[in-house]
Amino acid sequence: MKHLRQLEDQSVYILREAYKHFDNLAMLWSMGKDSTVLLWLARKAFFGHVPFPLLHVDTSYKIPAMIEYRDRLAREWHLNLVVGQNKEALAAGMNHTLGRVICCTALKTNGLKQLLEQKGYTGVILGVRADEEGTRAKERYFSPRDKHGDWDFRDQPPELWDQFKTTFPPGTHIRIHPLLDWTEINIWEYIKLESIPFIDLYLDKGDGTRYRSLGCAPCTTPIKSTAKNVDDIIEELRHTTVAERSGRAQDEGRGMELLRKDGYM
Amino acid sequence: MSATAVSAKPSENLNIVIVGHVDHGKSTLLGRLYADTGSLPDGKLEKVQAICRQQGKEFEYAFLFDAFLEEQEQGITIDTARTFFIWKGRQYIIIDAPGHKEFLKNMISGAARAEAALLLIDALEGVKEQSKKHGYLLSLLGVRQFAVVVNKMDLVGYRQDVFEGIEKEYRDFLGQFGAVPERIIPVSAKLGDNIANRSQAMAWYSGPTVLDTLSLFKKETARSEQPLRLPIQDVYKFDARRIITGRITAGRLKIGDHLVFSPSNKRANIRSVEAFNIEPSPTGGEAGQSIGITLDEQIFVERGEIATHQAQLPLVSTAFRANLFWLGRRPLEKGRRYLLRVATREVDCEVAAIHRIIDTMDLNQQQGSSAVARNQVAELTLRTKAPVAFDLSSSFEATGRFVLVDEYDIAGGGIVTELVHDDQEFLREEARRRDFAWVKGEVGIEERAQQYGHRAAIVLVTGGRHTGKSFLAKKLEARLVADGRHAYLLDGENLRRGLDADLSDGERGQTTEMARRYGEVARLLADTGLIVVSTTNPFGMAYIEAAQAIRTLVHPTPVIAVHMSKVPEEAPPNTDIVLSGPADFDAATRRILEELKRRGVLAQAIGAKPTFQYSI
Repeated sequence: MKHLRQLEDQSVYILREAYKHFDNLAMLWSMGKDSTVLLWLARKAFFGHVPFPLLHVDTSYKIPAMIEYRDRLAREWHLNLVVGQNKEALAAGMNHTLGRVICCTALKTNGLKQLLEQKGYTGVILGVRADEEGTRAKERYFSPRDKHGDWDFRDQPPELWDQFKTTFPPGTHIRIHPLLDWTEINIWEYIKLESIPFIDLYLDKGDGTRYRSLGCAPCTTPIKSTAKNVDDIIEELRHTTVAERSGRAQDEGRGMELLRKDGYM
Repeated sequence: MSATAVSAKPSENLNIVIVGHVDHGKSTLLGRLYADTGSLPDGKLEKVQAICRQQGKEFEYAFLFDAFLEEQEQGITIDTARTFFIWKGRQYIIIDAPGHKEFLKNMISGAARAEAALLLIDALEGVKEQSKKHGYLLSLLGVRQFAVVVNKMDLVGYRQDVFEGIEKEYRDFLGQFGAVPERIIPVSAKLGDNIANRSQAMAWYSGPTVLDTLSLFKKETARSEQPLRLPIQDVYKFDARRIITGRITAGRLKIGDHLVFSPSNKRANIRSVEAFNIEPSPTGGEAGQSIGITLDEQIFVERGEIATHQAQLPLVSTAFRANLFWLGRRPLEKGRRYLLRVATREVDCEVAAIHRIIDTMDLNQQQGSSAVARNQVAELTLRTKAPVAFDLSSSFEATGRFVLVDEYDIAGGGIVTELVHDDQEFLREEARRRDFAWVKGEVGIEERAQQYGHRAAIVLVTGGRHTGKSFLAKKLEARLVADGRHAYLLDGENLRRGLDADLSDGERGQTTEMARRYGEVARLLADTGLIVVSTTNPFGMAYIEAAQAIRTLVHPTPVIAVHMSKVPEEAPPNTDIVLSGPADFDAATRRILEELKRRGVLAQAIGAKPTFQYSI
């Protein structure tokens, strides 16, 4: 398990750099496996404490079990949970049938932007991994976003050794990605190693299906799988030829590239 | 293509980067690596071969790689983002290939993250400009594990003499800066010679294939066997524990070890190693680990200091010589200020001298430049605003390299090649020896600070004659004491008649010795927890030299420097408050009090217990 400790050491270093350099720092938590591992790593980095708020951009379409899990951990781990929601868009009836990219932009991207603006966060920690999909592979650990939250992935500042971009012009913010080097298998191996509590939606509970990636209920479909525990999941992932996010409708076409350029997580 | 594929995804990853002159066969090599390791989707090879037949062109492995990339863009295969192949229980991740536009910046960012590299040279074309530039940059970036792949051997008839000619030329080049490749391998990526399988055509070569060489690369280096280096990242006080954190960049430590923090020269023993959700709790740590420790004594240590064992201290100076590559949007200029970052230390610096621009083609000199343009490599001297702890890059990787920040971006990076002796060296050495031998009582500086409600500090008023220095100093002392602070006016005149009474008039005229005595007295008073208010009166117009010496001797006690003059003039370096023209002494006193608060010496409200900024 040495490789997991090496990944952990790098992520903890990044988290501590973020905490040192950003006065107004927050971490995004979607209750999925990645951002929950990220939350656990924050507890590692800060010795059981989480010294910044956890943001959840609530689209109102999440699977109910995720909200229960969120509130339970927030209580048990003494988390400062901040929930944001694009209420205007929801009041106007926004939903996925109006178009997936349109719905994601309104409820997630814009929901996040509103939250960042209201609270004035200058550093936002996210659990994205480079191996998830194409645009995330081009990310830096510390990735600048302009005044509109947009990302210019063709012209990014250099990132050398363990020196990250921690200074930025007023009005812009930095996205911080401590999990960039982790793979999907590493996430599950680490969940097992540390006994991190996770939502059982990731497991097959008898009907031969499970979720591999969690999002909004209408746009996330389970995969065929008989994995009933973490060991089963790891074994399954070692041999699968199906993409992790194949159950995520937003990835269809160039959806993800368009979303991320505009400031999606 | 007899190599057997390993289908299951292993847990271990190795990040590699492939560099070299354009058109020396990178895509072909990658295509061949994917094919020979069985990392291509089923039927892919046959499909591309069929397309080639259809279009009437010869099949090339480069097409295979291009098609593979295209397919990944479409998100069909797994692990769409980063290209990788699996070989003998390890997953090799190819770090994003350099784009067309910002070639060198991407090559450098990629290589800085790589654990190993392959450098390609075309056997027909021989060693070209980029072959040399990339070889030099790999060395500068600290990528020690690399192999040279001499490609297109089929085009030179697999001749041993051609290979040996290139090998000799390139080894000679690398030898000039001490780089040694793991292997130099003759291959034909196109025909598969020495990639996965040994070449029949080059029986004269007995070394490993490319894939065997990759297996030789180690996941970890032997950094744990070096002397300890722990750059302090932060100090936490979330609960009863005061935890000092950092990532060990070399060596190892354990509970009970005696640590020295540089450049402050503070010392303490490790009481515990703290960790979350680790049972039983750790008793030590080694290179690579992000750790947290507590100490047996309450001492102020700050981010940017380097903790080591006493026998192997880092270097400390305000200047060093370095090799640097520049990637900034605007050129690096002599005299301009930049933020220097060495490990966790951040300090203002300026370029004191640009010795030469290095032509990476022949490592020749181009002298007489006052600027370093984008993508150039230069040898220069940097001068920092305050003393910095560092190492030579030849001895320690992580504490021997640095980046420069221009405005908001990291704009260049480099390695420390030489310590530059500054004029404070002898005093700094005296201070270090004195601090190590210092006999401490039961009461530490932090306990005194808790008791007094403020930290110790030196307020140093500089300036020419008759500018009101003494008057301001007396006023400030009175105000501080009236506010309930523990302050004391150190006047040079009092030293002259007593401590300095043994000196002749001539000796009293020597700033160096006078400043040394004055500095040592100030150091002693600061150790009692006082805010020492002093002026450079005894030094006349030599106040700049004297102030520098006093700073060195009282380090790391905070110094608040105040400069007074009747007319606008240049203040000594690092002055905090400049007062010129007719002085309003009440306003001046208020400004100094504000500065004392800003620096964390005074708590914000009088009477309240101070909330110490551990990492100012």
